[in-house]
Amino acid sequence: MSTENAAKPEGKLPFVKADFESGQEVRWCPGCGDYAILAVMQRTLAQFSIPREKYVFVSGIGCSSRFPYYMNTYGFHTIHGRAPTIASGLKSANPDLVVWVITGDGDALSIGGNHLIHVMRRNMNVNIVLVNNRIYGLTKGQYSPTSESGKVTKSTPQGSIDYPINPISIALASEATFVARTVDSDPKHMGYVFERAMQHKGTSFIEVYQNCIIFNDKAFAPVTGRETRDDRAVYLEHDKALTFGKKKDRALRIKGYKPEIVDLTLEKNADDLLIHNEKDEDTGYSYFLAQLKYPEMPVPLGVFRAIARPTYEEMLNAQVEDSMKKKGKGSIKDLVYGRETWTVN
Amino acid sequence: MSTMKKSVEKSVSITVRFAGDSGDGMQLTGDQFTDTAAAMGNDFATLPDFPAEIRAPAGTLPGVSSFQIQFSESIIFTPGDQADVLVAMNPAALKVNIPNVKKGGLIIVNESVFTENSLRKASWTSNPLEDNTLIDYQVLKIPLSELTKNALKDHPLKLSEVERCKNFFALGMLFWLYSRKMDHTISWIQKKFSKRPEISEANVAAVKAGYNFADITEQLPVQYEISKAKLEPGVYRKITGNEATAIGLVTAAYLAEKTLFYGSYPITPASSILHILAAYKHYGVKTFQAEDEIAACGVALGASFGGQIGVTGTSGPGICLKSEMMGLAVMAELPLIVLNVQRGGPSTGMPTKTEQADLLQVMFGRNGESPICVLAPKTPSDCFDMAVEAVRIAVKYMTPVVYLSDGNIANGAEPWKLPDLDKLPAIKITHPTAGTDGPFLPYKRDPVTLARPWALPGTPGLEHRVGGLSKADLTGNVSYDPDNNQKMINYRAEKIRRIANDIPLIEVHGPDSGKLLVLGWGGTFGPIYQAIESLRGEGREVSHAQLTYMNPFPRNLGDMLARFEKILVPELNMGQLLMLLRNQFPGRNFTGYHKMQGQPFKAQELIEEISKHL
Repeated sequence: MSTENAAKPEGKLPFVKADFESGQEVRWCPGCGDYAILAVMQRTLAQFSIPREKYVFVSGIGCSSRFPYYMNTYGFHTIHGRAPTIASGLKSANPDLVVWVITGDGDALSIGGNHLIHVMRRNMNVNIVLVNNRIYGLTKGQYSPTSESGKVTKSTPQGSIDYPINPISIALASEATFVARTVDSDPKHMGYVFERAMQHKGTSFIEVYQNCIIFNDKAFAPVTGRETRDDRAVYLEHDKALTFGKKKDRALRIKGYKPEIVDLTLEKNADDLLIHNEKDEDTGYSYFLAQLKYPEMPVPLGVFRAIARPTYEEMLNAQVEDSMKKKGKGSIKDLVYGRETWTVN
Repeated sequence: MSTMKKSVEKSVSITVRFAGDSGDGMQLTGDQFTDTAAAMGNDFATLPDFPAEIRAPAGTLPGVSSFQIQFSESIIFTPGDQADVLVAMNPAALKVNIPNVKKGGLIIVNESVFTENSLRKASWTSNPLEDNTLIDYQVLKIPLSELTKNALKDHPLKLSEVERCKNFFALGMLFWLYSRKMDHTISWIQKKFSKRPEISEANVAAVKAGYNFADITEQLPVQYEISKAKLEPGVYRKITGNEATAIGLVTAAYLAEKTLFYGSYPITPASSILHILAAYKHYGVKTFQAEDEIAACGVALGASFGGQIGVTGTSGPGICLKSEMMGLAVMAELPLIVLNVQRGGPSTGMPTKTEQADLLQVMFGRNGESPICVLAPKTPSDCFDMAVEAVRIAVKYMTPVVYLSDGNIANGAEPWKLPDLDKLPAIKITHPTAGTDGPFLPYKRDPVTLARPWALPGTPGLEHRVGGLSKADLTGNVSYDPDNNQKMINYRAEKIRRIANDIPLIEVHGPDSGKLLVLGWGGTFGPIYQAIESLRGEGREVSHAQLTYMNPFPRNLGDMLARFEKILVPELNMGQLLMLLRNQFPGRNFTGYHKMQGQPFKAQELIEEISKHL
């Protein structure tokens, strides 16, 4: 129900997760990774002292796009691929709002590819969660722009002949100022990434590896499985070496233009390890990270890039204020009369 | 010094057409002539007619750019059917525009450029100045380029810069011919080129040289005077439709105490609205040049959701791209204004030419039952009033409103009698705040308007979700309940119908009953009105009404139609209003008249058509 949780008494802090639950029956498939994302989102928001009327969740179409109905905040379930446009208008109109865009690999990268690029290049201060399960779930299992080549689905009985695109690469190419990746099976890490996104001013782009239990089960399991992820994922930490493995006994370095895995048990004092720098303005390094793929390389999780840049809505409003300062606040009479008039008696 | 005694004659209305290459400055020359007509108190109407190509190859037929103005001492409604005077800057401009000149009219040609080469570029097989092509016209062969060069020989300009002054020489000639004052244009030039005094001085010298040449030459024995028009008393300015639209939107936002948010993607001929509004930031206007038409509509809807006056503008194919987002606005029941400056279609069509063929598209071009309010301004200055109306209706009824202007009134200029700003009614908007009487119901409707509340994100206690899925009555929650769906479909249709209770009645010009009513809509007002005036002046019995509220129709339309034996519906499409009328008013005797040539109606063709039905 839209209003079951009527206004929380003002000043009642801290918030708890339940404050952000809308009470509507959640209708994702049992076992869907979206449940974890929803719970982490609700828990993350409860950690901030921002009242829930300040939040707006905007989504497009797809399984994950039902998200706004389950958040006891403002929400707009829009049309396929267009959530970034609604979010951009909303944020431009009212920069005080905290705007989240919830989208999927089809919604964001296929039908809405253009808007995703442009919301990021403008550095609109919104947080985008791209729930990537490498499949179309809501339309019952066709391949998506992130599906691996050769994917056999109902629409590709002989295997797909498209090459997949990498959401992180798109985000970096679009000059997103905050780019991160996390997984549905690691709520703690997801919470950390969401929190970082909340704190970032400018577009925050988060790819979540999510499991579609019905149409693409275990698509990311080799990387995200609890047993394997220490060995197959590398957790990015600013200013620290890119070490991974259960015992943190491996690390990455660059040889030529290529990544190389260093076995720290053999090279105990390696001094040429790659040190993570999320603040690099140049996207060359973060793009390099985005290309690390399983099984050859560990898959990076965490914050690829976090740089400071003025936001679109900030500059838009500054231009309005600046014009008013320079030209004086326009009066309707000046507007209607214009530069030249004449009088008929 | 004139060597001959020239006579001065009075004239009532004159139509002048300037034509040249896209780079010859014909639009600018026409604008200057128009401003002077305004300054001298004439009534006027203009018709810029230019190609979509920015600079087609010089001297070719597709590159011809024209500007027509009718100015008059009486009240006029059109830029004139055919020109009394054509100024043709090259052979191509002559070739394209001969049909636009009255038989017996004056053609001033730039003789300097009637060379073999430029004649060939314009597809002339022989020189029209030397054969019988122009036998029906008075032709004035003036070496404009040479004369301009001579006049500016002491000015320190490059030859190419001198060449660019010839339009002002021609303008000066027309200023003399119609006893115009030059001071308006001279001060405009001085201001425009204040940073380049050598250019400023040369252009001023060119205008004066043209004026003096016309005064001296024996080829122009008569000078004409056109007195001030007896316009209604008041303060006036010159206005185009797109300017009036932009100003109307800003005014409406002011009347509503709201910020105007304009999302658009550049497209001819709507772009100038974006340009105008982008320069109005000191009025608090926000503009957003989006990545595409869909996004332009999306950001406007997002801004509306956030509590601003969300407007998007487009033309031609752009309206197709916005359709789905407009459907979302219908479902979410949020205010949204969609401007469509109609142009020639289908597909990319004729971008710079006019048409009225998007009516059915905006009425029905969305999936599902998706009723929308549609308005259509009738003249350039009416764009102001209708833009204010669009905002008023959108916010009062929580609905998208489509505003159907067209290329003709968007670019055409006329005198606008400025409204009494103190008398413009406020646009009242109330946003709900958390009440004490139970939970907030985002789809609880106003009993009169059926509008739902406009609750803004950021308001404590009113957290709710909207979206494109079918909505439950009152709560707005997702619902696929059959009866509820029917109910909501009915509500949305009824909400649009009720707007009819809140708009002016349609008025008849002429007897309010009789044999024939001519019913037009939107931007065809001028030529229809002029045609009816002429016929009634001859004692013919015919009436005219012009629809500007297309959905819903004015509530007295049916009664009005019933009082006429026959209704003639001229449209710049193949019968779109006609289809709506036949559906809504079966049994009435409707006949259509259609034209799709990218050009507005001419009064004369309408006179001929109407006469067939009398």
